[in-house]
Amino acid sequence: MGDQGLTLENVEIRNGQNTLISINTHIAPGEVLTIMGPSGVGKSTLLSYVIGNLPPGFDAKGRIVLDGHDITHLPTNKRRVGILFQDDLLFPHMSVGENLSFGLHADIKGRAVRRMHIEAALTEINLEGFANRDPETLSGGQKARVALMRMLLSNPCALLLDEAFARLDTKLRGQVRNLVFEYARKRDLPTLMVTHDQADADAAGGECIHLLEFGKPN
Amino acid sequence: MRVPFLAAAFFAFAIPAAADPEPSDWDTVLAEAQGQTVYWNAWGGSTATNDFIMWVGERVSEDFGVTLEHVKLSDTADAVSRVLAEKTAGKDEDGAIDMIWINGANFNSMKQADLLFGPFAEQLPNWQFVDVAGKTVQTDFTVPTEGFEAPWAMAQVVFIHDTARLSEPLGSMTEILDWSKSNPGRFTFPQPPDFLGSTFLKQALIDLSEDPSVLQNPVDDANYDAVTAPLWSFLDELTPTLWRQGRAYPQTGPRQLQLITDGEIDLAISFSPNEASTAIANFQLPDTARTFVLEKGTLGNASFVAIPYNSGSKAGAMVVANFLMSPEAQVRAQDPSILGYNTVLNMAVLSTEDRAKFDALELGIATLTPAELGTVQAEPHPSWMTRIEADWIKKYGVSE
Amino acid sequence: MNGRHQTERFRFAWLPYLTLFAMLGPLLAGLAGTVAPAFGYMPALGTRDLSLDVFRSLMAWPGLYDAVRLSVTTGFLATAISLGIVTLITAGWVGTKSFRILERLLSPLLSVPHAAAAFGFAFLIMPSGWIARLLSPWLTGWDRPPDVLIVQDPYGLAMTAGLIAKEVPFLLLMVLAALSQSNGTRRQIVAQALGYGRVTGWLKTVFPSIYSQIRLPVYVVLAYSMSVVDVAIILGPNTPPTLSVQIIKWMNDPDLSFRLQAAAGALAQFLLVIAAMLVWRMGELFVAFAGRRWIVRGRRQLLDKTLRTVGFTAGVITAASIILGLAGLVLWSFAGFWSYPDILPDNLSLRSWARSGAGLSDAAFETMIIAFASTLIAVFLTIGCLEAEYRYNLRITRRSLLILYLPLMVPQTAFLPGLQTLLLTTGADTGRLPVILTHLVFVLPYVFLSLGDPFRSWDTRYATTASALGAGPDRVLWRIRLPMLLAPVLTAMAVGFAVSVGQYLPTLLIGGGRLQTLTTEAVALAAGGDRRVIGVYGLAQTTAALLPFLIAILLPAFLWRNRKALRHG
Repeated sequence: MGDQGLTLENVEIRNGQNTLISINTHIAPGEVLTIMGPSGVGKSTLLSYVIGNLPPGFDAKGRIVLDGHDITHLPTNKRRVGILFQDDLLFPHMSVGENLSFGLHADIKGRAVRRMHIEAALTEINLEGFANRDPETLSGGQKARVALMRMLLSNPCALLLDEAFARLDTKLRGQVRNLVFEYARKRDLPTLMVTHDQADADAAGGECIHLLEFGKPN
Repeated sequence: MRVPFLAAAFFAFAIPAAADPEPSDWDTVLAEAQGQTVYWNAWGGSTATNDFIMWVGERVSEDFGVTLEHVKLSDTADAVSRVLAEKTAGKDEDGAIDMIWINGANFNSMKQADLLFGPFAEQLPNWQFVDVAGKTVQTDFTVPTEGFEAPWAMAQVVFIHDTARLSEPLGSMTEILDWSKSNPGRFTFPQPPDFLGSTFLKQALIDLSEDPSVLQNPVDDANYDAVTAPLWSFLDELTPTLWRQGRAYPQTGPRQLQLITDGEIDLAISFSPNEASTAIANFQLPDTARTFVLEKGTLGNASFVAIPYNSGSKAGAMVVANFLMSPEAQVRAQDPSILGYNTVLNMAVLSTEDRAKFDALELGIATLTPAELGTVQAEPHPSWMTRIEADWIKKYGVSE
Repeated sequence: MNGRHQTERFRFAWLPYLTLFAMLGPLLAGLAGTVAPAFGYMPALGTRDLSLDVFRSLMAWPGLYDAVRLSVTTGFLATAISLGIVTLITAGWVGTKSFRILERLLSPLLSVPHAAAAFGFAFLIMPSGWIARLLSPWLTGWDRPPDVLIVQDPYGLAMTAGLIAKEVPFLLLMVLAALSQSNGTRRQIVAQALGYGRVTGWLKTVFPSIYSQIRLPVYVVLAYSMSVVDVAIILGPNTPPTLSVQIIKWMNDPDLSFRLQAAAGALAQFLLVIAAMLVWRMGELFVAFAGRRWIVRGRRQLLDKTLRTVGFTAGVITAASIILGLAGLVLWSFAGFWSYPDILPDNLSLRSWARSGAGLSDAAFETMIIAFASTLIAVFLTIGCLEAEYRYNLRITRRSLLILYLPLMVPQTAFLPGLQTLLLTTGADTGRLPVILTHLVFVLPYVFLSLGDPFRSWDTRYATTASALGAGPDRVLWRIRLPMLLAPVLTAMAVGFAVSVGQYLPTLLIGGGRLQTLTTEAVALAAGGDRRVIGVYGLAQTTAALLPFLIAILLPAFLWRNRKALRHG
């Protein structure tokens, strides 16, 4: 079992002279690791390192190992790491169905088969018949569900949550959060979540690392 | 350097047949012309002329498979400069220009610099109709053409006046000066070196000269000052009375027509006896416009087309040149409602049918009859124009 | 190692270099082709001895002083006055309804080609023009147009006014772009809360930061106004003409030795523009110095009401002069006989359009080919550069922005004659391809400037999301980024198209006279003075420049009619 899951091995992120984050941890499948801290301490920078697009001006070292494979030097699209941001980021020029289809893994071939998968996915998130809708006409909760499903359809092996629930109002937030964690557990996805909201951390239930001003874990 | 006829003929024969077509072998010329594109560089400032050239293009395309492209020049010197540049750069084949509407100084300098193909003009089939005896088609500003250019229109200086404001013709340059003095700001001429502006200077020089015959010889430093003195004193008096006090000039001939319609000027010079009639038909002049000539007569010359030595479509160009001298094209060119250029053809040798077409043309409302047009004065040697132009620019063209 | 797509690190990396070459290659080659003949080196003419003789003969040209003076005065006046108008409009009115109306009036006018605007303007202001006709003879008593030198005046005032009318929309758009990147509006409110007048407050708190952002565009206006050819031919004096027009005349002289003089003139023009920029820069420093003292003195008002009115009036006059000028062109193109002092033609007819038909469609076709090709290349290179910048984290620096502006700040008359001579003497053919590549020199910067901001400000989290879904960088570009940026890409294409359509000198010189576009035809016809045909060609030219903007608005609206998020973005 030690092979499975997401390992951050001696990862250190620096911004010039300052070490922002230094972390050495393993997230088992289905588990959530929460990283908390005020804005500006480099939580999101850690996620960009894991996903593979560290912004210019930052240096990082350390390995990222996913299910036994070193993905540190792979391009983003080869890492099989899914990510959700605080905005749904549904592609505005595509219909709901096209958005899902863009996510659906390319191994699934044939127009009819793919369409079937999309219909099934929509049913699963209670959006039956929404395939041709303009994403912009959906409610906030509906958008969040489409974004989640789009990510899941690409068969990721790990999940990153970058303040994923911050934009949702309190009531919706709980629902969406539960849905995301439910899927993460169901699919055995190791999940790395950054948030500044204690309620998110509590709901996740797993280990929680608090970052302070200079990026040192307490 | 003048190319002696024999040498030129020898030259034409000595070149491999594939390179240059032989004008006298007309069938071969026609065959070769098929499918060629001819870039005709011609002054493009007049809508009527542009329309006529477009019609020529349609006709030669129908009958001979020649594509004609009109490259509109604002100054013929541009084309001369281009051929010269190509020669300098060693581009001796398939140059950018296949035919040039040309005469006077530009022809002289191209001929002297060996930039022209020929002789070809007098071997063209339609040359038989050209009025060699009655019209100056074999000399161009005193320079013998020697077949290096083909005539296609006759021109003569006339003055256009708006009779609603200037009712009576003015008989001489002196009368024009007197009228302009008492009506300041109502006369102007295109700014030399525009060819019409330079023509005005020559016309003034001839009209003011005691003995214009000296102008037939090249400029001589010994007499230049004396011969041109009357012109400069005339201009010194005239210029302050001109439109805008001579501080600005229209840039071309047709620009004067707009100025008449705008009511800014009442008198303009033209090199086409029919231009006023055509312009009235095209709303470019009020219907009160008429023309007159000076009592001593006015300058006349022919318009020619020439073919650069490095044209890649010489056969096509000859076909166009020949078509321009055809009765069909000449009748159309002389029609005042279309172009109104006088023909270069000799009525006596035309078929009765063709002659009837010419006779059927109605004179435009503002066009003078051949008798009224009076004496045609010969163009001075081109060196006069070059010299006078340069001096005019120095005296009036750069200072405000 | 940041790990971003290292595997295909070098696939796009050559594009910025190619772009640089496309933009600066012709520029440097042209300048070299200008400098050598200016010092007497032109083997094609058989002169190889380096000397200052050519400059001596340039100095001996009697019109030199006036030509240089004209170049300098039109440049400074046009730049200073347009900048002043734009500043006053923005300071006095930004954020108001009137400002939005003015902005909407002026923005489309940016793409009206200079030549067409100049024709229209000439007909408005000449003594027999529309304004005089409106007031005559009932008010002025002018039964005949007065013999006053308004158009083609020796001081170049008509030309300067025409340039101002065209440069105000350009600078206004630049100021608006700069404003959107600063918190100018809030600063102005703070200043007003401190008791400062609208105009005074804006000048003291917002203008300094805005100006530093529009400095390069201002230099572009300065260089352009000093060296413009087509507008100068239409509105400028002829006794003598401006230096740039005279350079073109020398270029066209049948006596090839005048090309040396043209080269010397071109070099003089170049140095003149550089000197003018230095003087302008010193002026900036002085204004900044005086301005700082003025700011701290704490005066709250500076004729605020008057300045607001002046700014608004000037803006309205600018917009009106172009719009009425275009209206004049429309009328002339359909006019029968129309003489002074009639305000309208006696009758209307389609004759001018019918007569121009074939020639017009040929020229329109040529215009389209050149504009389309150069725009397409420019958009390809621009997207390539921006994508390379994104993929490899290349940083856009101040210097590369300067490079972008360089082709716009070097006067066309300074390097195009050299480029033509070079093409001729190396035996390279002039023709459509060289013309397209020369247009590219001017199209590229505008396309880049137009597309750069929207491309860079696109939310790259979309790209991260798409990559995390398994899409490679190319798929992200084609399926996500470009479709989402369709509207700005089309707008950039429309800008490029309009720039190409308006080019006069590159088409004339590099095309060797064989290529006739709507612009070269229109300017050639200007000499003939047949307003009906000028109207036809001027309108065709304007339409060719404006049509792509219409497409850029309508096409995304149509394609994204069911995509709410993209309809107003």
